[in-house]
Amino acid sequence: MWLPQYATPGERIGRTFVVLFAVLVALFLVAPLLVVVPLSFADQPFFTFPVPSYSVRWYADFFSSERWIVSVFNSLVVAVLTAVIATVLGTLAALGLSRPDFPGRGFVMAVLISPMIVPIVIVAVGAYLFFGNLGLANTRTGLVLSHTALALPFVIVTVTATLSGYDRNLSRAAASLGAPPLDVFRRVTLPLIAPGVASGAVFAFATSFDEVVVALFLTGAEQRTLPVQMFSGIRDQINPTIMAAATMLIALSVALFVTVGWLARRAKG
Amino acid sequence: MLVKTPVGTEALVAFERVTKSYDGATLVVKALDLTVRRGEFLTLLGPSGSGKTTTLMMLAGFERPTSGHILLDGAPVEKLPPEKRNIGVVFQNYALFPHMSVEENIAFPLRYHGVTGPAAKEKVDKVLGMIHLEGFGGRRPTQLSGGQQQRVALARALVFQPKLVLMDEPLGALDKQLRERMQVEIKHIQRSLGVTIVFVTHDQSEALTMSDRIAVFSDGMVQQLAGPTELYERPANRFVAQFIGENNVLPGDVSTDGRALRLAGGAVVLLPAAIAPGAVEATVRPERLQAADRASDRAIRFPATVREVFFLGDHARLTCEGLGVAELSVKMAAAEFSVLQPAAGSSLTLAFEPEAIHVLAR
Repeated sequence: MWLPQYATPGERIGRTFVVLFAVLVALFLVAPLLVVVPLSFADQPFFTFPVPSYSVRWYADFFSSERWIVSVFNSLVVAVLTAVIATVLGTLAALGLSRPDFPGRGFVMAVLISPMIVPIVIVAVGAYLFFGNLGLANTRTGLVLSHTALALPFVIVTVTATLSGYDRNLSRAAASLGAPPLDVFRRVTLPLIAPGVASGAVFAFATSFDEVVVALFLTGAEQRTLPVQMFSGIRDQINPTIMAAATMLIALSVALFVTVGWLARRAKG
Repeated sequence: MLVKTPVGTEALVAFERVTKSYDGATLVVKALDLTVRRGEFLTLLGPSGSGKTTTLMMLAGFERPTSGHILLDGAPVEKLPPEKRNIGVVFQNYALFPHMSVEENIAFPLRYHGVTGPAAKEKVDKVLGMIHLEGFGGRRPTQLSGGQQQRVALARALVFQPKLVLMDEPLGALDKQLRERMQVEIKHIQRSLGVTIVFVTHDQSEALTMSDRIAVFSDGMVQQLAGPTELYERPANRFVAQFIGENNVLPGDVSTDGRALRLAGGAVVLLPAAIAPGAVEATVRPERLQAADRASDRAIRFPATVREVFFLGDHARLTCEGLGVAELSVKMAAAEFSVLQPAAGSSLTLAFEPEAIHVLAR
């Protein structure tokens, strides 16, 4: 398959191995997820695989538990705030960095991208000690600020990529026609880079919504987010409700992934 | 050639000792002094890297001069941002806003110049008529051809009645036929509106066709600023002589009394006015060289050997050896060519009128 008719036997064998290898890698990546989904629909309170019989009782359990609902609410609030702040700051940073006359671009870019590279535990411990002194530990503000730092690189990278395809003459044309800088941005630049900005926002939301390490350090019982609730759930009592939560998180991730793909296609065409 | 509208001599723009350097070391524009007259069509002509586009960008306000002043209507503008200069700009790639319709593109500048509501609509319709795009207002720029996009860009730069319109190689992306039509159309619009245009191009025939005056740029300096005829007939130096049209540069010697020019190969030309004696360079255009039997009695004759012949339909091009030049270019009319039938390797006598010789300044 996917080979012209004149392919030699050697090419056919080579291609078969490539396909086989690719399938195995894909399986390796998603197999753990494939176990989680059926388990979440199991009828039994213990993990057996294959699943003897199916039900939605753990989903019912999830939605009737105040602890789970509160954690979802917390996660949504933190993730939305993070997405908004990171998108605004990241877009501004990307705009500045895209200017040809920006001094020390490489260094500034490296600093802004560093949260992506530094081990997350170090970020978490640092944030915990730093925010402790400021009275921001165990507050939602502290968590949002930390998540914003983690999400910022994603916004900067996506918006910078979009700006590389943006014709700077459009900004110049708008300025020559009398538009002050803010209007140039609002009426010309932003509408044209909107798909990239939206992708950045989705990435920022997902970064915050999935984040567990910093959240473990920085949240008290009141600010507990969904990933933290799942983590402590696994430690305290093994309960398939976690599988239901995990399945819903996977569904959300897939939805976000599809959204980003759609935005990328829109940006292109 | 086009009949010219009377152009004032009053200065609209003046560059005073303007320099520009991007890296702090090399000057892209060196000590530029240039005046743009109100109502004129001035072309900045030069090869790429000659500083012409940088000059235009400084005038538009997208780049700041490293030193010197730019006066617009007598007031220095080098610190004024582009949106406060009231200058329309047309870019080579048009720079139309792809997310707006043709109408929205053209209406874009109006709100910043105090035109709104029905008055704006009226202006947009009027200008759409001027560029022959009535009924295209609702389309997106991507739905238009290159020539149509170019006209929309022009309309957008003109609709708010700016003091000055700048054009940066606006016809570079169009094919030859369309480019020539747009040259005439732009010239018509410029004359009917009386707007001042500063036009950048590297195409010398475009510059000759459209301009009232042409500033020839090379190496960050204006080599010559003159009208098309003057530039063609009396180039200031070797660069201009060879950049504008085709030219033969001939080595020569001016006699001690300064009245006669002796060219290599022996031909002597009497000069209309005495100049300093010594070695000089003189030019003669390929179309001013002709077969001796067709030339007048005053013409100066010289022997030449044909090296190469190219027949181009309405004329033929010969490369000859003569007047001390190994590759003397001759443009011969088709009628003359068919009578003479010069072949490569043959000898013939060529001639030129004394006025055809232009001595370059030393």
